[in-house]
Amino acid sequence: MTRLRWVLVVLLLGAAPRASAEPTRDLTVFAAASLREVFEALRPAFERARPGSTVRFNFAGSQELRTQLEHGASADLLFSADLKQVEALAKAGLVLSSFVFARNEPVIVVPRGNPAGIHALADLAKTKRLVIGAPEVPIGGYTLKIFDAAGKKYGAALRARLEAAIVSRELNVKQVLAKVVLGEADAGVVYRSDALSARDKVEVVVVPPELNVVAEYPVAVLKSAVAGPDLAQAWLAVLFSEEGSRALTSRGFQPRPMTKIPVLGR
Amino acid sequence: MKRRWFALATGVLAAALVALLALPTLALFVTASPAAILAGFHHPIAAPALLLSLGTTLVSLAVVVTLGTPLAWWLAQARGRAARAVETLVALPVVIPPAVAGIALLLAFGRRGLLGPLLERLGWAISFTTTAVVLAQVFVSAPFYVQGATAAFRALDGNLFVVARSLGASPARAFFRVAMPLARPGLVAGAAMAWARALGEFGATLMFAGNLQGRTQTLPLAIYTALESDLHAAQALSVLLVAVAFALLLVLRARQGGAR
Repeated sequence: MTRLRWVLVVLLLGAAPRASAEPTRDLTVFAAASLREVFEALRPAFERARPGSTVRFNFAGSQELRTQLEHGASADLLFSADLKQVEALAKAGLVLSSFVFARNEPVIVVPRGNPAGIHALADLAKTKRLVIGAPEVPIGGYTLKIFDAAGKKYGAALRARLEAAIVSRELNVKQVLAKVVLGEADAGVVYRSDALSARDKVEVVVVPPELNVVAEYPVAVLKSAVAGPDLAQAWLAVLFSEEGSRALTSRGFQPRPMTKIPVLGR
Repeated sequence: MKRRWFALATGVLAAALVALLALPTLALFVTASPAAILAGFHHPIAAPALLLSLGTTLVSLAVVVTLGTPLAWWLAQARGRAARAVETLVALPVVIPPAVAGIALLLAFGRRGLLGPLLERLGWAISFTTTAVVLAQVFVSAPFYVQGATAAFRALDGNLFVVARSLGASPARAFFRVAMPLARPGLVAGAAMAWARALGEFGATLMFAGNLQGRTQTLPLAIYTALESDLHAAQALSVLLVAVAFALLLVLRARQGGAR
């Protein structure tokens, strides 16, 4: 009986919420799936700049991150692939400040060798297996804008044929890319940064600038800060350093020139 | 005293698990107003997804039962090492994570998969079609039926079958008139498990079949898609899915009760 009692005590202790004994030295960063490679590459620079600190990443679709934050997840910074999510979080009173830190550009990708012979946006209409993002996710919204612009320029018939060619509306940009990399899709629309991350498996067909849209990537400083403004500032300093700009540029992003990093604080 | 302690401890632990299992499901129903749920049912994404889910799961269930019953019958009879190996192989999809199942299906039946070139020559592209949805459902759900059916056939009194044969019944007649009716509760239970699994199938479908309304967007995919924009719609669709699954469970319980 005593043994059983001890087992129960141990179980209850294990179940009790742990008291926050010491302030955490982990910066928590929520970031759009498309930023994964850049941020992982910058992790060592951050840890060099702040010995003893680490950065924890949560990569997912921007709207998924927003949902998590709306439902009580804590993070210091959110790097979103579109303004919509940050605006919604700001409206909910969860954001201290936000600004655009980089731009990205939607491009058409085709499997290496280009089996379906796609050389221009209008060629997408002759494919049978076009994969794009769902309208709810940023890349899907941008893709529809591009298609609408193409419809205006080349006619409603082309717009209808583009619609008919769609075989799947994926829930994040990496899934669009995966379907093209696997050769299941004849073509897809992803960000230039994603195309670059799979450059040995896909070929890029650019969207004419007059039909294209610019994807603006905002960063939001969140009220639910875990590590606090000091470490968040340190991460931004790394991102806006020479090394950070190079990491962004070499992966297809256009970093927004920053003369000075906005000062964080509450 | 000792006995009371034991009863209390087991009671508390059991109640904790019941609460853990029931609370989230309950929360689905009570955290939204009926009006919000009703509005969710009318969300444009709901009706096509429900129809597609019901249609594809019925087809996959038919495939599973048609192919799975003979397999289960053989597994229940056979004693060799080969049969045990096949039994293990057939159970494998149960322990494979759905996303892995999706990749595996792509690598087997996709355009660049093992059978891709052959299928392409036959003019049959599977990925991104409703066929892919059914195939994914069969892959993940068949083991549940085969396991249930094998156990049901094993539990039969072998003598009954021998007697039926000795009285002049053909093997087919003995199977359909003796084995099947006797094993029915187990077969139905296995089929219901398989159906429930197919109805909830998400990961493999997303990978292998994609996400297109009316063609490959089943209820679980519609829930995930709705979640991107509208939590209430996602919740309403979840309520719908739980209601369908729960109705299935109730029917099954009632039937099994009747059979006993």
